[in-house]
Amino acid sequence: MCKRFILIGVLLMAIIAVLKSQTANEIMQKIDDNMSSENRVVESSMTIHGRRNSRTITSVSYTVGTEKSFTEYLSPPREKGTKMLKLEDRLWTYYPANDRIVQISGHMLRQSVMGSDLSYEDMMDDRQLTEVYVAVVESKEEIDGRSIFVLKLTAKVDDAAYHSRKLWVDAEYYLPTKEELYAKSGQLLKRTQLSDFQKVDGRWYPMKMNFKDVLKQGEGTDWEIISIRFNEEIPDYLFSKAALKQ
Amino acid sequence: MIAFKLAYKNLLGAGLRTWLNVSVLSLAFVLIIFYNAMIDGWNRQGRNDTQNWEIAQGQYWHPEYDKYDVYTINDAHQALINPIQKHVDAGRMVPELLQQASIYPQGRMQSIILRGIPSEQSVLKLPTHLLKSDSEELIALIGKRMAKASKLKLNDTVLLRWRDKNGTFDAAEMRIGGIFNCDVAEIDNGQIYISYALMQNMMGLSNEATLLVDKLGMGEQFSDWDFKSPSFLLKELDELINSERISGMVMQLILLLIALLAIFDTQILAIFRRKKEIGTYIALGLTRQQVVRVFTIEGGMHSVLAALLGAVYGIPLFMWIDSVGINFGSADMGITIAERVYPYYSLQLVLITIVVVVVSSTIVSFIPARKIARMKPTDALKGKM
Repeated sequence: MCKRFILIGVLLMAIIAVLKSQTANEIMQKIDDNMSSENRVVESSMTIHGRRNSRTITSVSYTVGTEKSFTEYLSPPREKGTKMLKLEDRLWTYYPANDRIVQISGHMLRQSVMGSDLSYEDMMDDRQLTEVYVAVVESKEEIDGRSIFVLKLTAKVDDAAYHSRKLWVDAEYYLPTKEELYAKSGQLLKRTQLSDFQKVDGRWYPMKMNFKDVLKQGEGTDWEIISIRFNEEIPDYLFSKAALKQ
Repeated sequence: MIAFKLAYKNLLGAGLRTWLNVSVLSLAFVLIIFYNAMIDGWNRQGRNDTQNWEIAQGQYWHPEYDKYDVYTINDAHQALINPIQKHVDAGRMVPELLQQASIYPQGRMQSIILRGIPSEQSVLKLPTHLLKSDSEELIALIGKRMAKASKLKLNDTVLLRWRDKNGTFDAAEMRIGGIFNCDVAEIDNGQIYISYALMQNMMGLSNEATLLVDKLGMGEQFSDWDFKSPSFLLKELDELINSERISGMVMQLILLLIALLAIFDTQILAIFRRKKEIGTYIALGLTRQQVVRVFTIEGGMHSVLAALLGAVYGIPLFMWIDSVGINFGSADMGITIAERVYPYYSLQLVLITIVVVVVSSTIVSFIPARKIARMKPTDALKGKM
């Protein structure tokens, strides 16, 4: 009789774990639904906080899926006209000052973009969370009056840049308010704060983000969306090296 | 023989003028030998240091590895095949695994090349025994230039971040277990050494290496490994030293020209002022060619006296510099050069310098002396040209 109770107990715990896991994966799916799109056009500003001063760079990006992206920097005058093209895992940058296209590869992909806390690799890693991670809900918390799921994501593929992530997900918007990226050893590497959630084309989207490489000193990099449009018609010629010089 | 005797007497008879010429020429002598000896000393020390600390008798490279192209490093690694493994086990080869990584000293990100090297190796002078650890602790070895650039001291800890073979980030605290002092900038600047076994675990690259350092330099061929001889690996140093040698030659040439100009000037003056003497020589039965020879030898003997005078003060000076060396300070010029360079005086260098100076001073003495051949003895006796 006792054995039967133990067996039922174990079964119940397993079912609860599976249900909980499904919930975590569902949350992750909802985050992907909000954050990912077939294509999008984003005008944004990136404020890089240095030791002595801060500088703001504005740009417009055209993205199709996770494979193609084209970015043109609009200001300040020093960066104006600089363009970046990403096709799958390759990245090219065009510098108008010397009218040259440079392929960013290997070691250079690990360098920061315009001195920010984001590396070229971070910008290129656009895969959906559900493709790369399995998730579990660690807890449900109340933070600043908002109901928050705390998700622990662990890589299910070998080639994930970050072995694990921790997400604080708003239970209403299904968007992370905070994200922490960890190395395989468990060392915290980067932290992202997301805020100012707005509904755009039927989905919630964070309009402000702060990226912080926690191993480096400084206040990190603020990224603010000026305008965002989903499912726009983006011409194919934009995703060619020829478009970089136009 | 009579020409030498006459030349010698005339030279000594000229007094201060001769000694001024000889002094300037001896200075050229000493400086030419000293400069070239310094270059040779630098070359010898640089080659020895590079071989002792970095390349031994040659290296085997992964076909994709190019030490001048950092982009090749990440993919340039492969497993050690059996014949190579035997050499490694016998201590005849040292495998090194190279990958890119980042460190964060004082909250700054710094890109580095992480080098896994067996702690028990004895082929290279690197103090890799300091990498041995009984615990799981990650111990690193860095050079003095790297320590200065990253402001790291012995036993400091710093966070190391790297990517494994799949591209997944990993990070760990690393303790500086040793700081070595080496004159080869290439193995120091931006390089961090850790245990080979530990690095293989960290990267997930079991029994793989980027390059192999060869102790014997037999040039044995292995498939998929390219042998690079010491002459290939030292090419950059050789080119640098040659360019220094050439730029030094310009200065030496200027100095030598000044000394030769003084001799030339003395010869012209001597022929102008000693016309009666020339006429007397011819009247006494010397042919014009013999008189030309007397004057040429006289001019050329400046260089012999200069060599003797140079030896008087040069040899003690050279011996003293050879014992103390020339201190280039701790300034890091990014090239292989010892803090203290000891000149290397070879017999070949001294002989070549003597020949060059004697021949060139004889030539500049001969050019004005040719005029004697066109002189009429009667005019010369009257003091006319």
